[in-house]
Amino acid sequence: MNRPWTAVGLVVCLGVIAVAGGCGRSTADPTTRVDALGAVELLNVSYDPTRELYRDINQTFVRHYAEEHGRAVEIKQSHAASGSQARAVIDGLEADVVTLAVWPDVEAVAKAGLLSSDWEKRFDNQSVPYHSVVVFVVRKGNPKGIKDWPDLVKDDVSIITPNPKTSGNGKYSFLAAWGSVLATGGEEEDARAFVTEIYRRTPVLDTGARAATATFSQKGIGDVHLTFENEAHLEVDESGGELEIVYPSRSIRVDPPVAVVDTTVDKKGTRHAAEAYLGFLYSPEGRAIVAKHHYRPWGESPPMPAPGEVWPEIVTFDISLVGGWQAATPRFFGEGGVFDSIYQPNGG
Amino acid sequence: MPSPQSTMIAFAVDPSPLQAPPAGRGRSAAGPYRRRRRSAVLPGFGTSAAITSTVVLSLIVFPLAVLVLRAASLGPGGFIAAAWTPRARAAYAVSLGASLIAAAASSLLGLVVAWVLARIEFPGRRLLDALVDVPLALPTAVAGLVYSALYVPQGWLGQWLVPLGIKGAYSFLGIVLVLVFVSLPFAIRVVQPVIESLDRDTEEAARILGASRLQTFLRVVLPGILPAVVTGFALSLARALGEYGSVVFISGNMPFKTEIAPVLVVARLEEFAYAEATTVAVMLLAMSLALLVIVNALQQRLTHNAR
Repeated sequence: MNRPWTAVGLVVCLGVIAVAGGCGRSTADPTTRVDALGAVELLNVSYDPTRELYRDINQTFVRHYAEEHGRAVEIKQSHAASGSQARAVIDGLEADVVTLAVWPDVEAVAKAGLLSSDWEKRFDNQSVPYHSVVVFVVRKGNPKGIKDWPDLVKDDVSIITPNPKTSGNGKYSFLAAWGSVLATGGEEEDARAFVTEIYRRTPVLDTGARAATATFSQKGIGDVHLTFENEAHLEVDESGGELEIVYPSRSIRVDPPVAVVDTTVDKKGTRHAAEAYLGFLYSPEGRAIVAKHHYRPWGESPPMPAPGEVWPEIVTFDISLVGGWQAATPRFFGEGGVFDSIYQPNGG
Repeated sequence: MPSPQSTMIAFAVDPSPLQAPPAGRGRSAAGPYRRRRRSAVLPGFGTSAAITSTVVLSLIVFPLAVLVLRAASLGPGGFIAAAWTPRARAAYAVSLGASLIAAAASSLLGLVVAWVLARIEFPGRRLLDALVDVPLALPTAVAGLVYSALYVPQGWLGQWLVPLGIKGAYSFLGIVLVLVFVSLPFAIRVVQPVIESLDRDTEEAARILGASRLQTFLRVVLPGILPAVVTGFALSLARALGEYGSVVFISGNMPFKTEIAPVLVVARLEEFAYAEATTVAVMLLAMSLALLVIVNALQQRLTHNAR
């Protein structure tokens, strides 16, 4: 007597599954992205701190592209932690372009077969249109007198930097500290001792850059915050005079790479617009916007952040000092790597 | 006793048995129920069984099976190497310890709050009753940020508590505090309707027969609500074990001290080591399951004894 109801239940369930499956397919259908008016829709999958930068870039680029090619473009942005954005693209988020924080994240997308392996050669400067450097943010008047890297480990200075295992910002800060020892003639052992001392003075290991910023600026923990120059400017501007930037004598150059996602643009037919979009970052107009957001544009005579402002001099080294990302990532941040050994209860 | 916010699930009884008898079988004076021998009270057992099994399979069993399969792809040696490192063991201890303490605290506090809400009429009671559910709706990351801002040395509470040696931010205590915040609604909402449904005549009878107030509570009231308290404990525990968003903002994430297991999962994902990441999740799941089985067994015994 219950059989008719069982049948009804099965039909309902199959229906639900069919509808759900159908929905999944229709969103994945590439042709729906180009609408009837011929407007091209691009998805830029990026990381957290670039939200404001790309909002500006998009506005100008849309106008620029319409003037030059007579075609409307609509650009959508997606921002989250760089590593999880890379995983989202690998797992099927249809990004036309990726603009991520660190080389390993773009390389992971390439390894998954979504980019050709020579993605670095597609744009100038190994597909890095702008740089940043790791700088210090200190409290008003610099009460602990922090001027350069060795000052971080004197007296009772306490340091805020995110967990390098979960944050690109944290990785760069770690490597900046490590490299500051090597670049001034120190040995690997000295570098290891120095970073160990740095993390001994780090009371909080936030999982992301913006959380570390909140810990330092809003909760008042720590004497110095290691972060990217562009983030430091945002943080200091928002503090209302409570914080200052200090440029150490030397630091690591931060290289956030960009790439067109081949599989997506070929499927959607958006390659032309996607390449023009990333190329725009290298144009005079694009570079001026990049500079305005305190990213240092690549190339000769970079534009200044604002009239009357100049880029402070700083000697930079890059990731090649520690053998490039491919070697550095597992060595420093992999399971059981240098960073882990700092926290071994009776080790490092 | 009015209970405007009672969250007990009310079964909407489907009227269909009254309409359902097949045509031509004649409605005798005895009514339709006589024809459906041994039929369940609720109609459509087959329907609900089909829907239930589909939902349980597709929403719970399949995702968990994928998780376990991914972790199993490493083989036993690889699994242990990834899931049983000293650091991971320390993280399990932090996760389980903080969750157990928080669930116990939530159960006790929840019992008190539920009692007050169910039994005592006071101005603002309905507002308080509505407030209880707020932690469920608030993004937990916000809770973590607010709690840590309150308890840091310069925070509103921290400036008084930290000199006394009470560190509520970037400490184990901080983890327990946010876990109580996220799990308390479960502890309250499970116990509240049971208290509301208690027969107050029995309590009065006990008092009239000479029982003290404590005796009345321990012998008459508590056996009736204890199973619900234990259920609340189990729900709070499960909620606390899975919590990530609020904890990462208040724990400080120091390896071997305040690092919870889900942070290790995220760290391994950053290395694009999916299988290794899932091993930690599987371990955490297995431990939660074991704890919940124990609590459920306890709960069943209590229910049995209460009858």
